[in-house]
Amino acid sequence: MLKGRNLINPDDLNVDEIYEIIELARKIVKSPHNYSNVCNGRILGTLFFEPSTRTRLSFEAAMLRLGGGIVGFSESASSSTSKGESLIDTIRTVGAYSDIIAMRHPKEGSAQLAGNYTSVPLINAGDGGHYHPTQTLTDLLTIMESKGTFDNLVVGLCGDLKFGRTVHSLLKTMNKFKKNKFVLISPEELQIPNYVKTLAFDENSNNYVEVEKLEDVIDQLDILYMTRVQKERFFNEADYVRLKDSYILSPRKMKKAKDDMIVLHPLPRVNEISVEVDNDPRAMYFKQVKYGMYARMALIIKLMGVEVC
Amino acid sequence: MLSITSIKKGIVIDHISPGNGYEIFKLLELDKADFRVALIINADSKKFGRKDLIKIENEIDLDLRALGILDKNLTINIIEDEMIKEKIEVDLPKMFEGIFKCKNPRCITSSERDVVQKFELVSEDKTIYKCAYCDHLLNMEE
Repeated sequence: MLKGRNLINPDDLNVDEIYEIIELARKIVKSPHNYSNVCNGRILGTLFFEPSTRTRLSFEAAMLRLGGGIVGFSESASSSTSKGESLIDTIRTVGAYSDIIAMRHPKEGSAQLAGNYTSVPLINAGDGGHYHPTQTLTDLLTIMESKGTFDNLVVGLCGDLKFGRTVHSLLKTMNKFKKNKFVLISPEELQIPNYVKTLAFDENSNNYVEVEKLEDVIDQLDILYMTRVQKERFFNEADYVRLKDSYILSPRKMKKAKDDMIVLHPLPRVNEISVEVDNDPRAMYFKQVKYGMYARMALIIKLMGVEVC
Repeated sequence: MLSITSIKKGIVIDHISPGNGYEIFKLLELDKADFRVALIINADSKKFGRKDLIKIENEIDLDLRALGILDKNLTINIIEDEMIKEKIEVDLPKMFEGIFKCKNPRCITSSERDVVQKFELVSEDKTIYKCAYCDHLLNMEE
């Protein structure tokens, strides 16, 4: 039963619950109009303490397409945080105005803390470099629509694996399904943090490898998940400049890939995928954007316990 | 020979592995105490050869079982009328609050006011805990 629950960490959903949400999302993809009034009179609070285009608009579009309304802010400067209000007090206040909350915050663990103080379901829309579970639902819906399964896949995760919250969430989640293998592709400085490995993999797990070169492994992958090197997560600009162009996916590299490999990216893209790849039928990242809205519609319905057919 | 008198009422943390005594002393902020405290380093021990020892002539508000996260070997004696009233077995708690701060500078606990630090046990064998908010690991063996 998902009604009334928070979604903070990818582990908040078990495999059955993930299938339940994805199944509903697929129904919405097929017949979105059937769901256009199911949230009439309900309000989503969108608390974005950090700039976001896609995730915020995706949540807002999702609620509007369900017939609900939205209240919120898109940067901390326009909230009472700028007057020194604590996150806990902000979340208590907005919980009084809304039926469900989506929150993005630059600090890691902020969603966990906020979730302890809400009276309404709270969705983590990204907490620093930690987790981004609704991007994972987006990725999963895209994978299901493209590959038809979450099992027996070789998943390559490439780029900034250190601060990439979408990577951390996807890795933890995909490892819950059967017989998946992971190829972690990053420069040494941007390798996946130990805490993610410790929490995602068993101690004797042998279903992942860490490599530096994309060219060496691209032919083995069923899914290639590209990520941006995130300027905003670096304390040192020189490190960012040195690492930002570590991986650029080009048509030449795509030639080595399987015909049915799919390329995912949480977006925004800077230059880690060249625009020539956009027309490749294996490039799924713009479809992924639309699937994100449907996945969030399904999640809102489930967490609010709205009755749908 | 160095002589440390017994205490009338308080706590004796005994059998601390050599070297850990000062860490525990600092962590419990006993340097700021306004009551009698003794830190003894490298005392003789029949069991371990050498040990550290802390004697506190006061009651302190702390879950003493949680000291097991710092040193699995130590023992805690509650003293009343110069006699051992109770021996407390230390333990690796599934969760503990306070004591340590999360070292992740990006953790919400580094900026939000009035948040109690919480850690959850991840690996009993390796004594690894994770921050209950940001998941960063606290490895007690390091």
